[in-house]
Amino acid sequence: MHDDHALLERLRAGEEAAFATLVARHDGALRRVARTFVRTDAAVDDVVQETWLGVIRGLDGFEARSSLRTWIFSILVNQARTRAVREARSLPFSSVTDDDRPAVEPAAFGADGRWTSAPARLDGDPETGLLSAELREHLLEAVDGLSRDQRAVITLRDLVGMPANEVCDLLDITGVNQRVLLHRARARVRSALVPLVEVSG
Amino acid sequence: MRFWRRRRHAHDPLVCREFVELVTDYLEGTLPAAERARFEAHLAECDGCTGYLEDIRRVAGTLHQTPEPPPDPETRDALLRAFRDVRGDS
Repeated sequence: MHDDHALLERLRAGEEAAFATLVARHDGALRRVARTFVRTDAAVDDVVQETWLGVIRGLDGFEARSSLRTWIFSILVNQARTRAVREARSLPFSSVTDDDRPAVEPAAFGADGRWTSAPARLDGDPETGLLSAELREHLLEAVDGLSRDQRAVITLRDLVGMPANEVCDLLDITGVNQRVLLHRARARVRSALVPLVEVSG
Repeated sequence: MRFWRRRRHAHDPLVCREFVELVTDYLEGTLPAAERARFEAHLAECDGCTGYLEDIRRVAGTLHQTPEPPPDPETRDALLRAFRDVRGDS
C-alpha cells in the first residue's frame, strides 16, 4: 500500500514506465485468474486486455480505499464474470462442488491414524528456505493441474499474496469455503511434487 | 475407564491423519485455542507431521516468490500504446 501512493501518482502523471511496472507485476496472475472464469485463450486475452483498459481509464476515479492490486483484480473479476455469463459458464466458486479427497491419501496412515512410514519431504533450498530449484520448475504446472476453484484461491492467496478477506470478497465465497479450498490446493500441490523428489533411503 | 475415555474424545491426542487436515486452519490462525494446543502437542512429538507442515509452508512461501511469466512483447507494447493514447503526458 505504501509504494502504491507513489506509483499511483506516477500513473496519473502519465508515466509509461510506471504502467509497464504494473503490467509486469500483475499481468501473469491476472491471466491465471481469468482462466478460472473463461475457457479459451482468446477469451482470457480479451478479459485481461479489457481489465488493463479499465485500469487506464479508471485511474482518476480510483479512490485508494483498497490497494491498487485489489482494485485491479476486482476489475478483472467483473470483466471475467460478465464474459462467463455470456459463455454460460458462470458457476459460483465453492468448496462444496469441489473435489473433496483428503489432504493426504488414506493409505499413508495405519489403522491407528499415524503415518505408516515417514512421509516424503519436498527438497528445500538451504539458502532461501524455499523449495529446491528443481521443484520450483514444476510448481506452476502443479497449480495449473488443480480444480478451478482451488486454482483461483491459491493463485490469489499464495501467488499474488492477497489476504483471505479480500479473496472472499473477490470470489464471493465465505471464509470457511476459502480456507477449505486453500487447504486442498496446497495439499494437492504438495502431492503433485512428491513423486519428483528423489527417494532417499 | 473406557467410557470415560470415549467421552473425553475431543481432548484425546491428535493423530497424524487429523493433523494434516488441520494444517491450514493452524497456519491461518483460525484454530480454537483447545484445538491449537492439541495440534502443537502433536507437532512437538511427531517428526512426520513436523515435516509435512514444513512442506506446506514451503509450498505457500515458494509460490509467493514465484514470478509469473511476463506478457509477450506484442501484448506489452499494445498495452503501453493504449496507456499513451489515453494518459500520455506529451
